[in-house]
Amino acid sequence: MMTSVLEPMTDTPAAPTRLLSAGPAAPGQEAAWTQFTKIPMPTRTDERWRFANVKDLDLSSYLPPAPVDEAVREALLVRSRGLEKSAGRMVFANDQLLTREAYSEELSRIGVIWLPLEQAMIEHPNLFQQYFMREEAILGGQKFATLHASQVRTGTFLFVPRGVEINLPIEAFHWLHGDNASCFPHTLIMAQDMAKVTFIDYYESADAEAPGLACGVNDLWLGAGASVTYVCAQNWSSKALAFQINATVVGRDARARSLFAQLGARHLRTESVSHLRAQGGRSDMLALTVADAAQEIDARTFQIHEAPNTSSDLLYKNSLDDTARTIFSGLIRVNPVAHQTDAYQKVRNLLLSDEAEANSAPGLEIEADNVRCTHGATSGQIEQEELFYLMSRGISKRAAQKLIVHGFLQEVIARLEEPAIGARLTEMVQAKFAAHA
Amino acid sequence: MSTAELTQFDIDRTRGDFRYDIKHEFDAGTGLTHETIDYIVNVKGEPDWIREWRHKALDVFLSKPMPTHWASKDLENIVFGNIRYYLAGGQKASRSWDEVPEDMKRTFERLGIPEQERKFLAGVEAQFDSEAVYSNIKKAVGEQGVIFCGSTEGLIKHPEIFRKWFGKVIPTGDNKFSALNSAVFSGGSFIYVPPGVKVKHPLQAYFRINAENFGQFERTLIIADEGSEVMYMEGCTAPKFETATLHSAVVELVALKGAKIQYVTVQNWSANVFNLVTKRALAHEEAEVKWIDCNIGSRLTMKYPGVVLKGRKARGEVVSIALANDGQHQDTGAKMIHAADETTSNIVSKSISIGKGRATYRGLVHVPKHLKGCKNNTECDALLINSTSRTDTYPAITVRGTGNSCQHEASVSQISAEQIFYMQQRGLTEAQAMSLSVNGFVNDLVRQFPMEYSVELKRLIDLEMEGSVG
Repeated sequence: MMTSVLEPMTDTPAAPTRLLSAGPAAPGQEAAWTQFTKIPMPTRTDERWRFANVKDLDLSSYLPPAPVDEAVREALLVRSRGLEKSAGRMVFANDQLLTREAYSEELSRIGVIWLPLEQAMIEHPNLFQQYFMREEAILGGQKFATLHASQVRTGTFLFVPRGVEINLPIEAFHWLHGDNASCFPHTLIMAQDMAKVTFIDYYESADAEAPGLACGVNDLWLGAGASVTYVCAQNWSSKALAFQINATVVGRDARARSLFAQLGARHLRTESVSHLRAQGGRSDMLALTVADAAQEIDARTFQIHEAPNTSSDLLYKNSLDDTARTIFSGLIRVNPVAHQTDAYQKVRNLLLSDEAEANSAPGLEIEADNVRCTHGATSGQIEQEELFYLMSRGISKRAAQKLIVHGFLQEVIARLEEPAIGARLTEMVQAKFAAHA
Repeated sequence: MSTAELTQFDIDRTRGDFRYDIKHEFDAGTGLTHETIDYIVNVKGEPDWIREWRHKALDVFLSKPMPTHWASKDLENIVFGNIRYYLAGGQKASRSWDEVPEDMKRTFERLGIPEQERKFLAGVEAQFDSEAVYSNIKKAVGEQGVIFCGSTEGLIKHPEIFRKWFGKVIPTGDNKFSALNSAVFSGGSFIYVPPGVKVKHPLQAYFRINAENFGQFERTLIIADEGSEVMYMEGCTAPKFETATLHSAVVELVALKGAKIQYVTVQNWSANVFNLVTKRALAHEEAEVKWIDCNIGSRLTMKYPGVVLKGRKARGEVVSIALANDGQHQDTGAKMIHAADETTSNIVSKSISIGKGRATYRGLVHVPKHLKGCKNNTECDALLINSTSRTDTYPAITVRGTGNSCQHEASVSQISAEQIFYMQQRGLTEAQAMSLSVNGFVNDLVRQFPMEYSVELKRLIDLEMEGSVG
């Protein structure tokens, strides 16, 4: 599977084949494609798609990923701006690797495998077999997970061996270029026992208003005592349809921390599952959403406590303007064996306009006793007194509103405890505010 | 704490666990067809509009699938063909205690219902199987113009009020079981409170199931006219049977401008009953509706009392206590539909899961756009007694616009070992300590029940629990 990507792509699109009639990316992905075509599109009566506008999910207009030319490549490389200091970066456009640059000696430390996915598949078949898409998409997005599996061409493969700590973050940029283009970004991070790594995915569209399709998967595997921080800064075009499916598997005494910053896309569906698989594991699940215009941001989460003494802490914050809709549907599940679970789930919605709509469905399923599980969901608007206070200090209403929203989202960013990444995310949020009339 | 002891936790349901043989004069047989409906209508002597209405409802019932895509698969164990849909001891509700047949009286006396409580209660309507057997309102209440009778009597004698609201709060097609009820309903209460009348004492009805394979489909409609106040109490006990019994009621409340309705339920069906109830209220301007709901018995209860807040400043409240023991699933919750400015709603739910019991909270809060000043507060707390107990929480909250606020909080905990230890070293037995702790957990809600119910509840949770833990 996927070996075809190693050869130069030669098709010249005379009459472009649509994605849905193009078939799998490589012969090895045939099985996934067959599955994809068999699974029906979601319907609203499916509880896992409750509240969602399922009619937004039509895939028929999109084209399979096409390579970009040299001029575009140069331009996108310049625009791939991440942190000032990082250990290395890979840049992809329409699922084609543009560059792979290592800045730090840390990455050449014995044993760290940091490769494009298709190369890792050939060079490290055992690891690939063991971890690639091993957790099923259980939150309703199975159709899109199989679409991804049938179309994925490249992505990041990062294996950090036992005891190795990479101090600077590693970055990946995924660009979507061209009208109705599609891409299938993949990130697979495996941190062995006591390993430590921080990773950032940036999702961007070359044209902020081009329609397109992005369907990504990112999986995190943590061995005993490992520590992984994962950030996904999503800023697809305002007309893109996007899916993001995540599974995080947390081993003994390991600590996973993930943050999804959702800025772009017309319709985004994210599914994020944390498996607390062994004693002492902990997962922090964070997300911030800045939704405006007619955006629909549909987030589903699942915290599964599969072993005793594990903890999870989820914080999702949404700011909604114009006619934006957000959906949060999250579940904490405590299996019968998972005593001494400590689980928390909190979603907060800040509505800035009369047409915005926030749906929250925080859920609990507890089958063990001696647990502490709480969840909370709030929806509200900016307090008039807060606005008045700021305005009485000479700040315009609009600016005051932005300040308050900024403060509202800052709590999520602060929880990351990564000041440099936090600053970059704040910048991206500010840019979105500035672009909003 | 030894779990062996704790699994013996049980609410004593034997108080309702007895049965006398009763001769049923009218029996529609088992199974449900259009003939069953004609039979019911003929026996009850109902007008033709109801006949048509029932037939239509049956078609809706048959066309709707079981809601098992979200609800418990246990529903599939209901065999509709094995259920008797209509039984009655006689067609006229007895007006005085003396007219009640001796054997039925004995059953009621075992339950300890009417005589000793009559002094406190304004009226008693005890439903025995399908028909109201005993119906009495204190003179004073009747003189105020309050109508309190069975649903059949209501639709025949007071059609001008009855038809205006019947089926309007809960339409036939609301769900599969409301359609079933609409097709075969019998019994239940009809209450009309005239403008400005404040009914001082609670109106009360006890319902009992007393025939094997017999479904209870009572239909209650309460209308509180402008500025009036009424409290209605409903308590359930049922004898134990070997095959599953279905109870599927529909309760509609209408609170007109400024009216207040409180509806109190203590449900203690035996552990083989499917209890699938649709309850909803319509609250007009400045009206207040409060559902106080306590579920202790049944095999599977699915009940989500709701309030549609239709008028400005209307208020809705649901207070819910659920106790799930071995083999029981209490799937309860609340619905709050905000449909006017400045409407407020409050949901407080507490559940206790014992042994292999499962308690589920399902909630729905909806605040559509362009409304201002709407507020909802939801709190759900769950207590798990054993490691095999289970609890779930599934709220759904939709908020549009900037003028409103909703908050939801839920927590799950277990009885603290320290608390038990503290009480034991003060000389209480473990069982006493446990029951004290459980009572403490629900105490703030139990206090909201009318005095005699809160006493009954405390006794259910406290005394009888102590007896069985020993």
